[in-house]
Amino acid sequence: MPDDGYLNVSRRGVLAGGVGSAALAQASILRAQQPMPGSQSGNEGPSTMRIRMTVNGTPQEVDLDTRTTLLDTLREHLKLTGTKKGCDHGQCGACTVMVNGQRINSCLSLAVQHEGDEVTTIEGLGTPDDLHPMQDAFVEHDGYQCGYCTPGQICSAVAVLEEIRSGIPSHVTDDLTGPMRPTEMEMRERMSGNICRCGAYSNIAEAMAQVAEA
Amino acid sequence: MRSFTYERAASPADAARAVAATQGAKFIAGGTNLLDLMKLEIERPTHLVDVQDLGLDAIEETEEGGLRIGTLVSNTALSAHPKVRRDYAVLTRAIQAGASGQLRNKATTGGNMLQRTRCSYFYDTNMPCNKRKPGDGCAAIRGSSRQLGVIGTSDSCIATYPGDMAVAMRVLDAVVETVKPDGTARSIPSAEFHRLWGDTPHVETVLEPGEIITHVRLPAPLGGRHFYSKVRDRRSYAFALVSVAAVIQSDGTGQVAFGGVAPRPWRLPEADAQLRNGAAAVVRTAFADARPTEDNKFKIPLAERTLAGILAEAKG
Amino acid sequence: MEFNAPAGENLFDRSKVVGKSTRRIDGPLKVSGRAPYAAERHDVAANQAYGWIVGAGIAKGRIRSMNLDEARKAPGVIAIVAATEHNAVGSSDWNIAPLFGGRDIAHYHQAIAVVVAETFEQARAAAGLIRTSYDSADGRFDLETAKEKSKVGTGFSGDKSESTLGDFDSAYGSAAATVDATYTTPDESHAMMEPMASIAAWEGDRLTVWTSNQMIAWGKKALASILKIDEDKVRVDSPYIGGGFGGKLFVRADAVMAALGAKAAGRPVKVVMQRPLMFNNATHRHATIQRVRLGADQDGRITAIAHECWSGNLDGESGEDGTLQTPKLYTGANRLTRSFVAELDLPEGNAMRAPGEAVGHLALEVAMDELAEKLGMDPVELRVLNDAKDTVPADPDTKISDRNLVRCLREGAERFGWSKRNPQAGGNRRGRWLTGMGCAAGYRAGPTEKSAARVRMDADGGFTVETDMTDIGTGSYTIIAQTAAETMGVPLERVNVELGDSAFPASSGSGGQWGAASSTAGVYAACVNLRRAIGEKLGFDADAATFEDGKANLNGESWEIADAGALSADGEMTYGDFKDGYDVGTYAGHFAEVKVDAFTGETHITRMLSVCDAGRILNPLSARSQVIGAMVMSAGATLMEDLHVDKRFGFFANHDLAGYEVPVHADIPHQECVFLDTLDPIISPMKAKGVGELGICGPGAAVANAIYNATGIRVRDYPLTLDKYLDRLPAIA
Repeated sequence: MPDDGYLNVSRRGVLAGGVGSAALAQASILRAQQPMPGSQSGNEGPSTMRIRMTVNGTPQEVDLDTRTTLLDTLREHLKLTGTKKGCDHGQCGACTVMVNGQRINSCLSLAVQHEGDEVTTIEGLGTPDDLHPMQDAFVEHDGYQCGYCTPGQICSAVAVLEEIRSGIPSHVTDDLTGPMRPTEMEMRERMSGNICRCGAYSNIAEAMAQVAEA
Repeated sequence: MRSFTYERAASPADAARAVAATQGAKFIAGGTNLLDLMKLEIERPTHLVDVQDLGLDAIEETEEGGLRIGTLVSNTALSAHPKVRRDYAVLTRAIQAGASGQLRNKATTGGNMLQRTRCSYFYDTNMPCNKRKPGDGCAAIRGSSRQLGVIGTSDSCIATYPGDMAVAMRVLDAVVETVKPDGTARSIPSAEFHRLWGDTPHVETVLEPGEIITHVRLPAPLGGRHFYSKVRDRRSYAFALVSVAAVIQSDGTGQVAFGGVAPRPWRLPEADAQLRNGAAAVVRTAFADARPTEDNKFKIPLAERTLAGILAEAKG
Repeated sequence: MEFNAPAGENLFDRSKVVGKSTRRIDGPLKVSGRAPYAAERHDVAANQAYGWIVGAGIAKGRIRSMNLDEARKAPGVIAIVAATEHNAVGSSDWNIAPLFGGRDIAHYHQAIAVVVAETFEQARAAAGLIRTSYDSADGRFDLETAKEKSKVGTGFSGDKSESTLGDFDSAYGSAAATVDATYTTPDESHAMMEPMASIAAWEGDRLTVWTSNQMIAWGKKALASILKIDEDKVRVDSPYIGGGFGGKLFVRADAVMAALGAKAAGRPVKVVMQRPLMFNNATHRHATIQRVRLGADQDGRITAIAHECWSGNLDGESGEDGTLQTPKLYTGANRLTRSFVAELDLPEGNAMRAPGEAVGHLALEVAMDELAEKLGMDPVELRVLNDAKDTVPADPDTKISDRNLVRCLREGAERFGWSKRNPQAGGNRRGRWLTGMGCAAGYRAGPTEKSAARVRMDADGGFTVETDMTDIGTGSYTIIAQTAAETMGVPLERVNVELGDSAFPASSGSGGQWGAASSTAGVYAACVNLRRAIGEKLGFDADAATFEDGKANLNGESWEIADAGALSADGEMTYGDFKDGYDVGTYAGHFAEVKVDAFTGETHITRMLSVCDAGRILNPLSARSQVIGAMVMSAGATLMEDLHVDKRFGFFANHDLAGYEVPVHADIPHQECVFLDTLDPIISPMKAKGVGELGICGPGAAVANAIYNATGIRVRDYPLTLDKYLDRLPAIA
């Protein structure tokens, strides 16, 4: 299992085989549409680029200022506001989404870095009438209060169970070469990049345990 | 965040050339540190060269029996690699002690080596900071310095290298491989990679302009027992007050490096040599030249106690 | 409707919906990312521009100049509203330092400009091009120094914060056992996950602000006063709030700057306060210095109790009164409490979850632990022995409404396995871990505020409740729906709840743990009026009838209430003078177990339990969340939370969520929360009291006492970080 697990989590693993020509082609597409600034004054007109990505299964194509983060692309351009901006600096986890199957902080990622990527947000996990089991478990165990960190918690929770299944170790894993188990402490450690100031941690752990055991 | 143009490079040499050719250009890999700083205008690149397509995301075994890690290998992937877990457990443990799952998925090996300090005054552009603006002065030295450095610092800067991965790299004697804009490659021992601040705290590593990290090489496994203890104010998702990376052999010899205390992962060979004499002897040697502030002088006894905990466990 | 006598038996005593553990009705929206928070309301106003707030770079002084030229020329910039070009905005009853305007700087990161641009990226970049120069002035940033010139402060009620009874000095002087200890608590930040955020739009002279605010009616009044416009011209809407904890009780710079920016831009403007500005621009909990003196006889009966507190604020008047619980918790004939406030030039201190008590318990309840040890008594028994009975200890003329603190402590001790605690501090070591247990009592007032609502019945018998009440994570949506369903005798699914719009009847809002009790009472009042309207329409005496299963029943007759057709009724609950004779409080027994690393001093909380006495619990599921969440925040205050005051520059240096550490998942173990099955007939017809602040009154002290029990080291300066006791841990070989 560890070998397979490793391959599955290799960053952009799908590209690993044929990176050369594909990357070249992409690079030429992605050249900025504006010339490089000649001066250092630093605030010339926005450099914009056309970005294509798949969000919750739907192909999206949008012209963006190169400075636009993945988070602001989702919230302001695609109007997918389920992904939250809590700190905009990678210090809270409210902006957690899955990109190519891995959770990241969408605030610390530029949209231009995600050309061709597959993004899954909280909206893609389930709808109010058809909740993902993790979403339903959060409602059942009251794993939230104000709800603002909740989409990030849920995206992380889903990813954490997958990371444990894939055999990725954590800070609290005793035996690095043995099998991983979704123990309470494993889940708490792995969820620690998602701050909940309302303090729903204990209930979130119960929601996750329910899904992990299902 | 200032406006910038963006391109993706196709090879390390192309990337290096692109950055060297444009004043104010920077590489971007994961971006988890760079974007944080760009939003605050602490970093103001005019052009970003994205290196994600360089294909440097593999971990290969070397002829010497070590590993050669592509610069783009994510923290998660590196820590989860079966050989790393088995033979370089200190590295897995250090990586997993840092940041969060989300950040580790995005952060890269090369980028993590270049992680910039977490000093509050570096992060506040209203405050004087020699690292941000050479000659500006340092607000931290007499300010809020509990998190900051106790050794290897200077009158210009008392910031620390804040990361965890590099502390393990240092204890493992990793070597950083780079390519310069002219295409030449070089290998930099991790001991030499991070500079001490001196009077140029804005220059943090020995990398030249445009020089790009392509790999980090680990020598053959050291054997022994591997430890990484990170002490912080909360149990996860926090920077170290002090961290200790150690590889301890059954005869009590080994290697030890300290994080959260200095501009670089702090390791002295003469301190390693004291390991059999216990934590106090190691720390006395390693921190002989320490210049802590009133706020952070606790880090030295904390380093000793943390190492003592490791040595007790190594014996037990 | 006036509540003017203790509640007798009523429909809630036979409830089918109220009091039952109920999934939140807003839950599916929240977990699927569909609940719209302030900055997400793309639909409410077309053509929204983006505003970015610029904060002052000094703590005190005056702006000499602002160079706006480059910023104005920057791409996408629509308007810049700058302090040098704008008079100070008006004030309000709810803030001290002006939220914007004029050249005078009252605190670090005070708003000095808003830049409005077509995109977020452009607004942020242009803001970085503004060059401001200042004439700095000296400020007072050190509480320890400023406290010398402090004076007795003013409490929320407007009274001076002091009280005395008997003769403290002589009783203390002759007590068999005494404790005289001084504790300090640091400045703390609310650090709610959703930053301050507002979208403002003008239509002529009418302003609408979609924002994140706990107190809609206050917000509306404050905005009118700050912007100097007629209150009737302001609408505030805040249906979802990403946490407040008191930080969003008041209109702050985001709303004001969005309104000014929108005016200048001639377009709706969205402003989200950047996180690094939150800690110094917005409010925080004030640091305190607290001295507690306790005197007891040999049996442990308290004879003398004094609690003095010092804090500071911009106005030298409204501080953090750590003494608030002390007149209420324990008996003792000779008493003194006094809260002093100094003038400080740090950012504005204001209410944060259980203002006063949250940090007051960190002093008083540790002092009680210290007294128990001096007496050789069990800390639970000391508290039980000194429990107040029928009247308030410091005010014998005031009756206690309903108090079951002893049950909380006894039941908590039983459940927690308190009897296994080793009273010998530092006496339990397993390997590298020192383990210990601690307890604390908790008191927080259970206030009510008048609260109104409108309840509409559709032609098909569906119900909609409208009130400007807010849900800051507290579960208001659900308990309001439960209340309406219960009163109207319909299933929960038939009730829709609309909150947070100032166009709706004014409620109590959310603060001071009055929200649940007050807002549901207001909804009950409106439902009673609707029942009467239905009875009038269908021809029966609604007050005599019972409402069940969509029917009204009276004397064997039955009416389908939907037959009355579409109807609407407003109602408001107000409170009569009879309550003045009572202290309505909520009570808790808190227990914690920790292990402390004997090498490094790191503390891990391994168990937490709170047993709460707060009358009827309207929704045990969300009430538990309130309590465990408050326990987390209390643990944070004890273990890590600390705004670092830079006393030279006069600001909180660690102004982001990496520097200001709050607890994460890994810090918090499984938490137990138990509610006693009690009813308080004095508070309201619901007999229900709030719990959201009770939960932060005491758990941190229980953790502190557990650390002492584990280590034998008493640290009185919060947070209890390892650097403060490393040198007193067991020697390492």
